[in-house]
Amino acid sequence: MSAAIGNTIVSLPDQSTAQIPKRNYINNEHGLLSWLLTGDHKRIAILYLISITFFFFIGGAFAGLIRLELLTPQPDLVAADTYNKFFTMHGIIMVFLFLVPSVPATLGNFLIPIMLGAKDLAFPKINLLSWYLYLVGGGLTLGALVLGGVDTGWTFTTPLSTHYLNTHVITAATAIFIAGFSSIFTGLNFIVTIHRMRCPGMTWFRMPLFVWSHYAASLLMVLGTPVLAITLVLVALERLFGIGVFDPAKGGDPLLFQHLFWFYSHPAVYIMILPGMGVISEVISTFSRKRVFGYTAVAFSSVAIALFGFFVWEHHMFIMGVSNYSALVFSLLTMLVAVPSAIKIFNWAFTLQKGSITFETPMLYAFGFMGLFTIGGLTGVFLGSLGMDIHLTETYFIVAHFHFVMVGGMLMAFLAGVHFWWPKMTGRMYPESLSKLAAVTTFIGFNLTFLPQFILGYLGMPRRYHAYPPEFQVLNVLSTAGATVLGVGYMLPMLYLAWSLKYGAIAGSNPWQATGLEWQIQSPPLTENFIEIPIMDHEAYDYEWLENKTKNEVTTVG
Amino acid sequence: MDSALATTDHADVHAEHDHVALPQHRHHFETEEQQREAGSFGMWLFLLTEIMFFGGLFFAYLLYRNWYYPAFAAASNQLSVPLGAFNTVVLISSGFCMAVGVWAAEMRRKSLLVLMLVLTTFFGLIFLGVKYDEYHEKYELHHIPGDSFNISMFTNPAGYGIKEEPLAPDMAQKTQIFFFLYFAMTGMHAVHMIIGIVLLFWLTWRAHRGDFSSGYVAPIENFGLYWHFVDIVWLFLFPLLYLINRHPLH
Repeated sequence: MSAAIGNTIVSLPDQSTAQIPKRNYINNEHGLLSWLLTGDHKRIAILYLISITFFFFIGGAFAGLIRLELLTPQPDLVAADTYNKFFTMHGIIMVFLFLVPSVPATLGNFLIPIMLGAKDLAFPKINLLSWYLYLVGGGLTLGALVLGGVDTGWTFTTPLSTHYLNTHVITAATAIFIAGFSSIFTGLNFIVTIHRMRCPGMTWFRMPLFVWSHYAASLLMVLGTPVLAITLVLVALERLFGIGVFDPAKGGDPLLFQHLFWFYSHPAVYIMILPGMGVISEVISTFSRKRVFGYTAVAFSSVAIALFGFFVWEHHMFIMGVSNYSALVFSLLTMLVAVPSAIKIFNWAFTLQKGSITFETPMLYAFGFMGLFTIGGLTGVFLGSLGMDIHLTETYFIVAHFHFVMVGGMLMAFLAGVHFWWPKMTGRMYPESLSKLAAVTTFIGFNLTFLPQFILGYLGMPRRYHAYPPEFQVLNVLSTAGATVLGVGYMLPMLYLAWSLKYGAIAGSNPWQATGLEWQIQSPPLTENFIEIPIMDHEAYDYEWLENKTKNEVTTVG
Repeated sequence: MDSALATTDHADVHAEHDHVALPQHRHHFETEEQQREAGSFGMWLFLLTEIMFFGGLFFAYLLYRNWYYPAFAAASNQLSVPLGAFNTVVLISSGFCMAVGVWAAEMRRKSLLVLMLVLTTFFGLIFLGVKYDEYHEKYELHHIPGDSFNISMFTNPAGYGIKEEPLAPDMAQKTQIFFFLYFAMTGMHAVHMIIGIVLLFWLTWRAHRGDFSSGYVAPIENFGLYWHFVDIVWLFLFPLLYLINRHPLH
């Protein structure tokens, strides 16, 4: 076998004769229209991957501009209202156009049918529609940007958004309304597929944890997003016709907006993180070559996070004049979310214990995830405590907290997943040493950017201001320097992954020697995934089964 | 594979025949039964999202009705119970026709199906017509929320020949919230009806063409679910909006 070079498990086919399989989903049909009108979940996943990468770099550019302005205490790069538009655009693009669809719409779309042994998602046309809705939402967001921007913050806080601003709030709200339906359709498709399209023998507890976490996230998408939709409709109506539902002068209540908005937007945080946790489960298991410790607990913890996620929204409103008693209850419920999250982290740690660990790039990102998500999660407990929250909320502490979860957590998981399944999606390997460099760069850059922000926030620097007292400058300079490093860390994968499309080594069907169904078929897969529908006779992560299967197998490609 | 065999074992001769014949079977489903189940499951999930969508409005209603009960009661009394009740009957009739239509499709009775779809559409249009009349009346009374909203009917009901206790001006102002919720909820409901009627035209055309006469009834069934959902929303809206404080025996 060509496996086991040094400390790695990568097993590539003989590179002198290796070829990409002659028939696969990429070359099955030709021409732009065959992509734009496709029903193939794998092609739609690629379309999503391209479009969310585009929006990621636009959102990232705004992050860069924000950090550039904050390099100096004086407001010297842009005026205050322009700065407001920067962070609003950064937030809207990153939350609704990158984080929410990132893993589900790309990796989830690509992998869930294959992991379940199905030929496609249940509703291929709705899947394609979801991508077009995403594009319309993205286009309108860019439209709002080009027309002059929005400066409400991504939260559309009333009465600011309804009464005091003259920017393109309605355009941006429409964009998010439409992008929301794209997310609803993705979630709906996943739930139906997971319930109805599993192959013979694929019981609920044989499904990979990636599928479980997507199932939980899909429940949140389906149940939460419509509430955001109606809330945005109300904001638009309030703005257009002055109907008064959020206007205290007419008897309305701005807090009602907060309740409705956070009823979606807190679960949305779990929409963003749960699929990432699914990726981490797969990666950790593969590169420690062990069944995920406490499979059932990890599976149910995803559902528990989804369930608890619906009952914690008020912790975004502790300082907004809610009743002390309800604040107490929500504080307690908030801390309860730490339990299923900790179950995951501990189970991954126990999966590593006595595993045959190797350090390929996806594993490095997964380690990054585990450390950074834990910090992000623990600081969340600070913020969930009522007394601490009064001191820390609306400061850079909270900015650092959710960036640790979203960027340190979800973005790391997304990159782990993209690297892990890149051979499956494209049939080619990414360059290993360069990608390890990128993973380490990202980790260093990330910590340099956001660790100083915890201190800044604790010292009292408020978020969303374009200037700050001079004594905060050192920490802000550190943060901006970190953002630069982080930027390099994100540019690298885009460049070398594009490079690898043509020049990467041929991957073969199972370069990681992983157990998932997706690794038992050719890379890139056939249009309908399987030659014949598989029959599942073992649980996920069964390395003995894999060993028996591959004992007498010759790795060939082409 | 097993489930495919099981289906053919249990199904009757017609179904087995259809299994080969139906052109609507999509390639990525193993069996037609799987396709049908997936479709109706998807529809139920979609209705769940619809419940959450309307849920936001119902939540706002709950909150403001508790806060501004006198205003809600007074404003509610300005809605016409006879028209609302008439519309309820109309909508239930429409739903009944839809249910018969689903049965007709399953029994492959094409002309009955077409008739029932046309009747469903007809009752739906009557509902919207009555709704338009009600909206128009509110427009003439300046009861549409916004700059032209007029509270004088609630501060001085005697001046309009209404036997009600007058409301203090600040409470009367809150009737605007009631009317906003009235328009938002019934308006959102009407938007769903309009979408439904557009779909009904399309389904009627397809039924007339004979698409649903050979055992393929999923679109009719799923549309039926949607239409009944819209009916049910109205069954909640009618008492919540029209019957807040009615005492027919007084």
